[in-house]
Amino acid sequence: MRVIHPLTMPKWGLSMAEGKIGDWIAQEGMSVESGVELVEVETDKILSPLEAPASGVLRRILARKNDLVPVAGLIAVIADATVPDEEIDAFIVDFKARFVPEQTGQADAASSTIQVQVGGQSLCYVKRGEGEEAVLLIHGFGGDLKSWLFNQEALADQLAIYALDLRGHGGSSKQVGSGTLDEFVEDVRGFLDSLGLQKVHLVGHSMGGAIAIKFALAYPARASSLVLIASAGLGSEIDVEYIEGFISAQRRKELLPQIEKLFADRKLVTRQLIEDVLKFKRLDGVESSLRTIASQFCMDGHQALILRDQLSALAMPASVIWGAEDRILPVSHARDLPRNLTVQVLSGSGHMVQMEAATKVNRLIAGFWRESQGQP
Amino acid sequence: MDRKISFQQAINEALAQEMERDSRVIVMGEDVAGGSGTDGKMDAWGGVLGVTKGLWDKFGDRVMDTPITESAFVGAAIGAATTGLRPVVELMFVDFMGVCFDQIFNQAAKFRYMFGGKAVTPLVVRTMYGAGFRAAAQHSQCLYPLFTHIPGLKCAIPSTPYDAKGLLIQAIRDNDPVIFFEHKLLYSVQGEVPEEPYAIPFGEARFIREGSDVTIVTLGRMVHIVSEAADTLAAEGCSCEVIDLRTTSPLDEDSILGSTEKTGRLVVVDEASPRCNMATDISALVAQRAFASLKAPIRMVTPPHTPVPFSDVLEDLYIPDARKVADAAREVVGYKA
Repeated sequence: MRVIHPLTMPKWGLSMAEGKIGDWIAQEGMSVESGVELVEVETDKILSPLEAPASGVLRRILARKNDLVPVAGLIAVIADATVPDEEIDAFIVDFKARFVPEQTGQADAASSTIQVQVGGQSLCYVKRGEGEEAVLLIHGFGGDLKSWLFNQEALADQLAIYALDLRGHGGSSKQVGSGTLDEFVEDVRGFLDSLGLQKVHLVGHSMGGAIAIKFALAYPARASSLVLIASAGLGSEIDVEYIEGFISAQRRKELLPQIEKLFADRKLVTRQLIEDVLKFKRLDGVESSLRTIASQFCMDGHQALILRDQLSALAMPASVIWGAEDRILPVSHARDLPRNLTVQVLSGSGHMVQMEAATKVNRLIAGFWRESQGQP
Repeated sequence: MDRKISFQQAINEALAQEMERDSRVIVMGEDVAGGSGTDGKMDAWGGVLGVTKGLWDKFGDRVMDTPITESAFVGAAIGAATTGLRPVVELMFVDFMGVCFDQIFNQAAKFRYMFGGKAVTPLVVRTMYGAGFRAAAQHSQCLYPLFTHIPGLKCAIPSTPYDAKGLLIQAIRDNDPVIFFEHKLLYSVQGEVPEEPYAIPFGEARFIREGSDVTIVTLGRMVHIVSEAADTLAAEGCSCEVIDLRTTSPLDEDSILGSTEKTGRLVVVDEASPRCNMATDISALVAQRAFASLKAPIRMVTPPHTPVPFSDVLEDLYIPDARKVADAAREVVGYKA
């Protein structure tokens, strides 16, 4: 039997119910390799390319630019050139007949965040997937659990994946104490305790990477592995203009140039992403909390805490992923690291590499977990 | 950000949180505490539509019922503002503002200027506006253009619960007099609102949707009418960019001009009477500053120049609806020079 592959709308992000088709990179009738980018999809955060699920001929395009397609809805069909048109037609008719769009209510229920009390603070998290082993995703400075919009769902097929809002961020308490990395490390420990998680795989982005390193050094028995994405703490340079600009921006036109620095491709930044960041930053207390945190990890125009020398002491497998065009923390920080760390640099991506090259990053993380200990 | 509350609750929450945060914030107005001069229960009313209900319980005498004398209590609030308090005064219907125009136009609006910047007037006047409530000609007007016209006043006209809370908090923290407009038909609208206090800066419009064929600028309740029209138009393949002004003074000229330069077409939808309203003002702005980018004449969608009718049928006909907005957008998009 000849195989026909549907290209469907992915579910990026917990509340995503539909996606908008952007520009088609491939054309109908083209031969495509598995993994090549076919079409841009616009979500409520950024534009992201959709890759071919299999090699073959792009036989049919069913959604044009600006069409709204529900999650899991059919976008295109890939099949071998030898498959007759009638079979393709029958496949499409059959797919559409069986297709049941996700109810909005279900999407809302699945997207709901949970609050947990840790040391007098309320910490917000989202859990996806089930499994024997658990993963904790830790976002960076000024981010929140939505930083993992394109990763959490995709990585959750065999593991329980928790994404946390750090104190001062997202849906968690906005007050910080000292704002030090150690304070965050203790929050992470308290969070894992309250959920009864003894040991987790840690994935940290930017400042979240430095928190993951410090946690793994302080509590080696509780970290199974470490993935550090564009991590802080691996070198002295940092774009302090970004940090200051991000903290002080009150309006779109002030914030936009800062957020654009996070991506190699500036046009990925949507107005909605800017609005969401502003909504967070407007909350009473956020600006002063961000300032407190920044004053701890950033001093005199440089990173205050460099953990590079301590990496060889890590007791668990560790991997580093970096975007070659990172404008916040330079990719040079990924060079000359101790040999116990595997390093992957992705060209064409900026600081938010886990969003900008989500599919590649997800593949690298899943591969690292597999290789580091059979199956995580 | 999962919590949804109504526009009315958002306003109540903004008042309660600011009163909690700052003891100088007081609330005054007719029946805001619950009916002055009666033996009835205090806090029974909370304003004519119950927006301030519950505040008297929490803040006692900082929530004051006033006599039905707008000129007196608005004047008193202005005096209180210049001498250290931060009053939020409720003037039930904007239609009644005429009896205290001197206090607002010639006193509150002028103090900062007349006293060489040495006086501040941190006053908020909350008021209901708008048609569709079957309340006839004297309780249904959209008078924000009158106040937008006066230098020294700021005007906020929220369309969603999120904006209502953030703009009201900004209004209370602002050192200038702010007229805060609440459309009667928006009170029950639900939306996501953070529990924490937050302030939305004045003079930054909100993009309701992005599009490439036509810019539709609007405000207040009309935002919802325009969104409905934009959905219809999107199904026809017409892509609308919809801008909610949020404040008319200060006005976000950059967003209006930038969007019109991008789409080349402009429709302005305003519930205020057509002479000297926001639609004429914005049309003039674009005609002066972005004329070269226009591919079609500007269209304004407004009510006719008549009092708001009392007859249900005529009132419905009077208010701009989604069909009229969609027709105007189709006309400018289909325009051939």
